[in-house]
Amino acid sequence: MRKILVAATAAILATGAGLLSASAADKLKIGFIYLGPVGDLGWTYQHDLARLAMVKEFGDKVETTFLENVSEGPDSERSIEQLARAGNKLIFTTSFGYMEPTLKVAKKYPNVHFEHATGYKRDKNMSTYSGRFYEGRYIQGVIAAKMSKSGVLGYIASFPIPEVVSGINATMLGAQTINPNIKIKIIWANTWFDPGKEADAAKALIDQGADIIMQHTDSPAAMQVAAERGKLAFGQDSEMIKFGPKTQLTSIMNNWGPYYIERVKAELDGTWKSEDFWGGLKSKLVVMAPYTNMPDDVKKLAEETEAAITEGKLQPFKCPVIGQDGKEVECKGGTHLDDGQVLGMNFYVKGIDEKIPGK
Amino acid sequence: MQLVLEKRAERSSTIALVSPLIAIGLTLVTMSILFAMLGKNPISALAVYFIHPLVDSYSLQEIAVKATPLVMIAIGLSLCYLANAWNIGAEGQFLIGAVAGSWLAVKTNGTEAGPWVLPAMLLLGAIGGALYALIPAICKVRFGASEILTSLMLVYVADLLLDYLVRGPWRDPKGFNFPTTAEFDPVATVPVLIEGGRLHLGGVIALIVVLAGAVLLGKTIKGFEIRVVGAAPRAARFGGFNSNQLILLTFAISGALAGMAGIIEVAGPVGHLQPGISPGYGFTAIIVAFLGRLNPVGILIAGLFLALTFIGGEQAQIAMKIPLDVTKVFQGILLFFVLACDSLILYRFKLIFASPKVSRGAH
Repeated sequence: MRKILVAATAAILATGAGLLSASAADKLKIGFIYLGPVGDLGWTYQHDLARLAMVKEFGDKVETTFLENVSEGPDSERSIEQLARAGNKLIFTTSFGYMEPTLKVAKKYPNVHFEHATGYKRDKNMSTYSGRFYEGRYIQGVIAAKMSKSGVLGYIASFPIPEVVSGINATMLGAQTINPNIKIKIIWANTWFDPGKEADAAKALIDQGADIIMQHTDSPAAMQVAAERGKLAFGQDSEMIKFGPKTQLTSIMNNWGPYYIERVKAELDGTWKSEDFWGGLKSKLVVMAPYTNMPDDVKKLAEETEAAITEGKLQPFKCPVIGQDGKEVECKGGTHLDDGQVLGMNFYVKGIDEKIPGK
Repeated sequence: MQLVLEKRAERSSTIALVSPLIAIGLTLVTMSILFAMLGKNPISALAVYFIHPLVDSYSLQEIAVKATPLVMIAIGLSLCYLANAWNIGAEGQFLIGAVAGSWLAVKTNGTEAGPWVLPAMLLLGAIGGALYALIPAICKVRFGASEILTSLMLVYVADLLLDYLVRGPWRDPKGFNFPTTAEFDPVATVPVLIEGGRLHLGGVIALIVVLAGAVLLGKTIKGFEIRVVGAAPRAARFGGFNSNQLILLTFAISGALAGMAGIIEVAGPVGHLQPGISPGYGFTAIIVAFLGRLNPVGILIAGLFLALTFIGGEQAQIAMKIPLDVTKVFQGILLFFVLACDSLILYRFKLIFASPKVSRGAH
């Protein structure tokens, strides 16, 4: 009996191993760790679109694997290591919370290259990449101030991390160029994705007088509430026009495809190096959805603002930047705040009446 | 004609032994059909699931790492459940333990503190968890408040407290405002047992807990009291056992174990305090406790088995490109069959051909 068992086990193992090795020959294996399920829109969906674009570009030369719904807690290190052990040579970990786990696995697997989204720790074989989403926020601020009748903007924020705080500031700086007295109401949803909470936040903001809804959370729930109440709104991460054909003004879309293609090409050519990439409108990592539901003059202004930022003529954080306390913020970048100041942003600009939570 | 569940006159010990095997067999058959429908070879899929993780040291270590918190928490919960005290809030006690222990790690971060830090952290974790568990226990004993509700709701309180701490006072000053503490110093970290792997001292502690649980329940008078209070409260009263005292005791032990599991997880695999340190361990442990039939050794096996399905499921995603949802269906089907087969130990199906009374109230 025992012999039969051993033989059966061996046979099963051989089948499994055969399956694994047959497909592995010559192809560059690339792994992805996703925060959510792929779904139809949002953060993870945009990363998966980029993966598919990359597969389309390289065809047979690459083989991709993704693990979805990987929580940012203790499990993620194992998930990343499993991908490394399965022979993936380039691994994209697509959320901030994977930073420490990615770093740990990168130290263990010096011959595997890692790409971590939105973090700040790097290593010889670990790059970071992120988007200058604040550039898009500035344009949204300009549009919002033009379109708002009440002069009150409603902002659904996720977590008080620098990326979100800098987005709020950029929105406000853009809006103040149109209306210096513009007000902004902020609700912290403390989630990236929770349609129920996001919808409640949108309702509360509208009840407080906001007539433009902006969001740094993933679901289209706020857009739908705005549509029901006859207000205007901006999408997030993906094109959300189908959720508010008469509501969406534009949407900041994350376009990781060109970056993924570039990095995979570098890996195939043997020229991959550890880098810190922070792309915006210019590198087309940040793309604005078509400007809709606004008069032509606002649309023209939005397009001009976008062009000016793309060409580098307009810096959203150009000096002087005045903090909430009325003091001028140190100008480390010469004519504008430098990247470090934006990446670590932990203050509100003048004109915002609220306080950053936990500060 | 009616199909009813009828209580068996006596339990068959053969069925009690065979029932988990029947459950696993049924799961394997069902999953094979599902894999075949997805166009995957069922034999290789099942091999990836159940055999690959058991044949290399890396996966075995990962199974142990995953099972450690589940087993520790479930042992504590089993004591509560045996004593008829329904602690549903192990998740909260886990988080508070993590917070209490991390306090020391944060305070000593970057100082010359010696190797006493880790043992002190584990102790603090256990105390924190125990005190937190005593809140619902005292409310139950003193005011008769339902411990199910209070312990469950305290989970959210713990979650928000942890959230507040890592976004506010304990935030890593060099962390760009991200919600996490600084990485713990080496003296505040649970040591890894095998170089290059992730198996840590917590695995050994979990085994000691299993052993201690078995001794407590099998060899001590307290263990006997716990079982009598749960199984026959009236008899326990006549025997002079103080059931209130036992509620406090089992809640405290259960909270201490969950709290220690929490600080071990934070000081071990995670390495710092952050939101989301638990993917629902405190709730999954309830399943582990019942799968293990509230028996310490059974819980150890159940914890390892559940961990195996997690690791195997992940490997199936990678090796066979089987979607995550299928691995979840797999776990669901397994639990379904185990519980269904279990109920057949106590009950049996019976067909009733003529029902004696047709109407029982207005339908």
